[in-house]
Amino acid sequence: MNGAPQGDAANRSGDESVAADQGDPNNKDPNRRDFIHIAAGAAAVGAGAMAAWPLVNSMNPAADTLALSTIEFDLTKVQQGQQVVIKWQGKPVFVRYRTPAEIERARADDHAGLKDPATDADRVKPGHQQYLVVLGSCTHLGCVPTFGAGDFGGWFCPCHGSHYDTSGRIRKGPAPKNLVVPTYDYVSDTRVKIG
Amino acid sequence: MSDHESTYVPKTGIEKWLDSRLPIVRFGADYMSLPTPKNLNYWWTFGGILALCLVVQIATGIILAMHYVPNTELAFASVERIMRDVNGGDIIRYTHANGASMFFIAVYLHMLRGLYYGSYKAPREMIWIVGCVIFFLMIATAFLGYVLPWGQMSFWGAEVITNLIGAIPLVGEPILIWLRGGPAIDNATLNRFFSLHYLLPFVIAGCVVLHLWALHHAGQNNPVGILIPKDRTAKDTVPFHPYFTVKDGFAIVLFLILFAIFVFFMPNALGHADNYIPANPLQTPAHIVPEWYMLPFYAILRAIPDKFLGVVAMFSAIGVLFILPWLDTSKVRSMRYRPAMRTFFVIFVLVGIGLGWCGAQLPDSPVVPGMPSFQLADGMLNSYLWLNRLLTFYYFLFFIVLMPLVGLRETPRPIPATISEPVLPGGGDAMTSAAPASPEKKG
Ligand code: HEM
Ligand code: FES
Repeated sequence: MNGAPQGDAANRSGDESVAADQGDPNNKDPNRRDFIHIAAGAAAVGAGAMAAWPLVNSMNPAADTLALSTIEFDLTKVQQGQQVVIKWQGKPVFVRYRTPAEIERARADDHAGLKDPATDADRVKPGHQQYLVVLGSCTHLGCVPTFGAGDFGGWFCPCHGSHYDTSGRIRKGPAPKNLVVPTYDYVSDTRVKIG
Repeated sequence: MSDHESTYVPKTGIEKWLDSRLPIVRFGADYMSLPTPKNLNYWWTFGGILALCLVVQIATGIILAMHYVPNTELAFASVERIMRDVNGGDIIRYTHANGASMFFIAVYLHMLRGLYYGSYKAPREMIWIVGCVIFFLMIATAFLGYVLPWGQMSFWGAEVITNLIGAIPLVGEPILIWLRGGPAIDNATLNRFFSLHYLLPFVIAGCVVLHLWALHHAGQNNPVGILIPKDRTAKDTVPFHPYFTVKDGFAIVLFLILFAIFVFFMPNALGHADNYIPANPLQTPAHIVPEWYMLPFYAILRAIPDKFLGVVAMFSAIGVLFILPWLDTSKVRSMRYRPAMRTFFVIFVLVGIGLGWCGAQLPDSPVVPGMPSFQLADGMLNSYLWLNRLLTFYYFLFFIVLMPLVGLRETPRPIPATISEPVLPGGGDAMTSAAPASPEKKG
């Protein structure tokens, strides 16, 4: 199957009798034997992929891992000006009872040229603005930021120096996003359900 | 060297029987008699040292795996049990942990050797590329292994490094969850990391076979960097055994002395004390650093302010090695004859060490304490952040700009016609005729 000029239109045109195709070793176009090779190869690749898929998929989170996805938390355990760290889905969640000064500071910066714009009101539940609930996992590479350090009165991540404000918004450093607010609801005035 | 004639002659009946069925003895004998350039220096002994390192890691690893338990509740305690209760377990673990460091010392010197003497250039591109694959697999294996003792550094190293994958736009997050087997680093993650840590060294062993196959097909490079012409094989090469088995053996003994100093006298010098604190998913250590051999790449990651581009830069730092054979435009292999490139090479080595240093520092701390400085973009000029960026810039400049450019513009020194010429008057041909004149010959 070599030597035939590639641009040869006659060789390409479809009906040029299949029998002739097989007899001519110089013909570059796919003939019936090539077709069988390609089809068999494609079938083998397809079968291989289908066999591999369950193996690959088995590495996704298992049913019991996914089942642990909600917890409840009693807010009376947090004092004003303090935060409690709870473990949810293997990750830390910060529940912070903010002081009026912290809330004031967060609101003042609502339009301060934020990297990931969000108002403080967007990040808390209406009527419960004193409680900030965020994932305690830096949006850069996942370290746990510490409260009270950094330039914005909120959290500071020691790993690569990201600064978050009192609303958990990213203000300086390599992290791209604000601390994530997980889905949660107030089941009563003093209890939240996370997840 | 590729078409080296077999000189093996089976002597006993059983050897003859075997030779016509499975010529494995012939394979070994041919290997030992391979014609090897006679001018190889000690930088060529790291190949043998690396083979030994892999054997040591696999042997100690298999024993560790008999005592280790890959479960988040039990892993840390099982490693402490290896240290305290298993017979000789402390030495076995220290050998494995320090063995990883020794492996990387050897591989970095081995790669720099290749870089200096142009061993990546035609016809040896495939040797180099397979070598780069091995290097990448080594990094992966060492990372996975470091997670297993489930200390604070294990956990947070795994957290930070897996999060790098989450930086990929769109598909990053699903891949991250798939890789960890859950929303966070947990038992599922530890289990699969153990499985893969066991597997990859054997994949490395397979790649080593390809590496050596390519090596023996293309032939070894040598410090002069010229190909040995067919008709000079007899004059310019010696059989691998005993000449290089002895030389490699001597280097291995020296290397093992260094290895033993670490294992027996300073087993934790290269590790981090925080890894003796059990993993705590709710608290990050104040300063997380990877193992020393990852530091230059970690530094490159941190040099870039954007998360995704940082990851791209870090992987490119390894990726660029793969295309090096096509970046270098010089016709001369060995930098012995490329004075300009040699200077850039020395700077490159210093930059690599500097990057490693930066990788271990806090980005905001000043390089020269007390020196007045000013804010430049997102950091003080006198900070590791900016030193780090400068060094990262040179790292890529070296490969992407200097390699193509210097090769086109430099004037190399004259290259000897044979590897004997620089050392022997008459290029080694005069050897026999000169012999009677040498006074130390007694007859
Ligand atoms: C390329 C070869 C290998 C490298 C570079 C490597 C590297 C490492 C590293 C850096 C650690 C962490 C040591 C520590 O700080 O405690 C480790 C742990 C471990 N490795 Fe390997 N390893 C290799 C091969 C293997 C093999 C083949 C096995 C098993 C068959 C194995 C089994 C283990 C086990 C069970 C541990 C956990 C115990 C411990 O932490 O000491 N390794 N490895
Ligand atoms: S993980 Fe927080 S700054 Fe990098």
